[in-house]
Amino acid sequence: MFTDDWDKLTADQRFAARMDAWQNTPIEFASPDVAGAFRERVQLWRDAIELKKPARVPITPWIGLFPLRYSGFTGHDAYYDYAKLGQAWDKFHADFRPDGLAMTIAMVPGKVFDILDYKLYDWPGHGVPNDASYQYNEREWMKDDEYDLLIADPSNYWQRFYVPRMFGALEPWQTLAPFTDLCEAPFTAPFFVPFALPPVKQMLQKMMDAGDAAMEWLQAFIAIDGKQMATLGIPQMAGSSTKAPYDILGDTMRGTRGLMLDKFRRPEKVKAAMERLVPLAIDWALRSADATRNPVVFIPIHKGADGFMSDDDYRTLYWPTFKAVLLGLIEQGLVPMVFAEGAYNERLEAIADPDIPKGRMIWMFDDTDMARAKQIVGARQAIGGNVPGSLLTMGTPERVDAYVKDLLEKTAGNGGFFLGTGIVLDEADPACFKAFCDAGRTYGAAV
Amino acid sequence: MSNELKEAVIELREDDALRITDELLSSGADPLTIVASCKEAMDVIGQRFASGEAFIPELIMAGEIMKGITAKVKPHLAAQAADEKLGTVVLCTVQGDIHDIGKDIVASMLDIAGFDVVDLGVDVPVTTVVDRVREVQPDVVGLSGLLTVAFDSMKATVDAIGGAGLREGRKIMIGGAPVNEDVCAFAGADGWAKDAVGAVELAKTWVGGA
Repeated sequence: MFTDDWDKLTADQRFAARMDAWQNTPIEFASPDVAGAFRERVQLWRDAIELKKPARVPITPWIGLFPLRYSGFTGHDAYYDYAKLGQAWDKFHADFRPDGLAMTIAMVPGKVFDILDYKLYDWPGHGVPNDASYQYNEREWMKDDEYDLLIADPSNYWQRFYVPRMFGALEPWQTLAPFTDLCEAPFTAPFFVPFALPPVKQMLQKMMDAGDAAMEWLQAFIAIDGKQMATLGIPQMAGSSTKAPYDILGDTMRGTRGLMLDKFRRPEKVKAAMERLVPLAIDWALRSADATRNPVVFIPIHKGADGFMSDDDYRTLYWPTFKAVLLGLIEQGLVPMVFAEGAYNERLEAIADPDIPKGRMIWMFDDTDMARAKQIVGARQAIGGNVPGSLLTMGTPERVDAYVKDLLEKTAGNGGFFLGTGIVLDEADPACFKAFCDAGRTYGAAV
Repeated sequence: MSNELKEAVIELREDDALRITDELLSSGADPLTIVASCKEAMDVIGQRFASGEAFIPELIMAGEIMKGITAKVKPHLAAQAADEKLGTVVLCTVQGDIHDIGKDIVASMLDIAGFDVVDLGVDVPVTTVVDRVREVQPDVVGLSGLLTVAFDSMKATVDAIGGAGLREGRKIMIGGAPVNEDVCAFAGADGWAKDAVGAVELAKTWVGGA
């Protein structure tokens, strides 16, 4: 890892070691100035996270397909044509120079999805128009009577029940035995028998083809992000991601509606399943973070927003296992960057939990009262976000400027603030987006 | 009226509500009184939602219980006249957007409130909306969307309804998480609502039922 004595380090020492590693990422920068700009930008992040006053408020919008549209390309281009994706990224970052890169990982590889016959989502040319982004197919991908299977052995449940539904090409995995069968000589041959079946062989071939397509995507991704970092000195927004256990179940397994009904019909099983998912959610982020050397963990959260449940349910159902994930990440020196989509006004007291170490995570908000968020959550953790997508799409540069000025005056005075958007931007008026960045640079240095 | 049934629905005790329904039906109770009890219960849940004491899961669970009760009561209601409807609403998620949860909740709340709801589904092309509006002649058209791409689709749909000469005598409302005053003005809709209860209130105001 980052030090020889990692196991003996405290969480604070691990945080410092990871931050140092991020700031000194081994990149061949285009010039010493660019190298300096990279270090300065990471310092903005570091100061804001630690609730200090940075030299300037970091400008960290969530960016989706906007760069593609800005360059005259489509969502289909983003997911299938890495040359166009690279061009769009070059132009966007050179023109706007935010303090975190657009999230290339969200530019998913259509070819991999095609090979695997991915069912969970529709994507451009495959169920949604070419200029749209990928969209989730809300369905009960996990059945209501499968909680016990999930709780007993999540890996087995994933491999033999959930994944074969998720990918048409992986349906034959249902016929395979669990890997846990493999523990003694006589059990070995029976485990391998299904691999002789033609559908399983075809499945393995498709997995290898998907691997080739995924490798092509990864190489493009590394080249595109690497170029932005080396020539502009802009760090990646995050080095890993994970999810809240309630959202893992509610987003793509039981579905929003399914999980809401489970809350009434089988509450104990929902809790047991979430507890089972905690170590998986921590491990998921940790493996990527160790590889990327970027300590920021992107965590979009959805199904605990205002209106989605009562405050009591939030505190007893949603928060305990999410908090366990956050604490597990912070213990490893990682920095959860939570994106609370929707409104979080009713949750501010709950998430300002004194058990979460101060200055060790970031709460990015959407449709939340930012003055209250600053007062309640901002006293313990960095906050940010909130600039509405509708304003950046349909507003005027003057209104954007006034909005950002007011937002920063309310929230950024004593540091601990990230200027960001309330949504992942798939479209924006370039003049409005420029006004957003310019206002961040002007008022973000002055407050 | 059955207070026992009403309480069970309000408290979202699904098994009890279904058992009481069975008992009432087998004891020869008037099925319309069962429906009346449920409506009263749904009114209470709707009020609790509006005042911030109940939330989307409670609305969905209540809708689920209603569905179960309706299935039991329906065979007994066949000969009864349908209730008078407050009005008709054509509802959909606009082109390019496949999110259905918000739209579905609005549809079920409108239905419970006494509207005839024609749900066109998700990712509905502009021409389909225009055709169905021409055919159904609703009092209200509801357009839902969660993505920013939906803003353009909402505007295109509103414009097309106007272009086909179908705005006269009806109102268009829009809704969805990112929808606000700006989006409403951009799309040229008559109104917008933040949630399902707001949508029902708006529709009621328009048809003169509130």
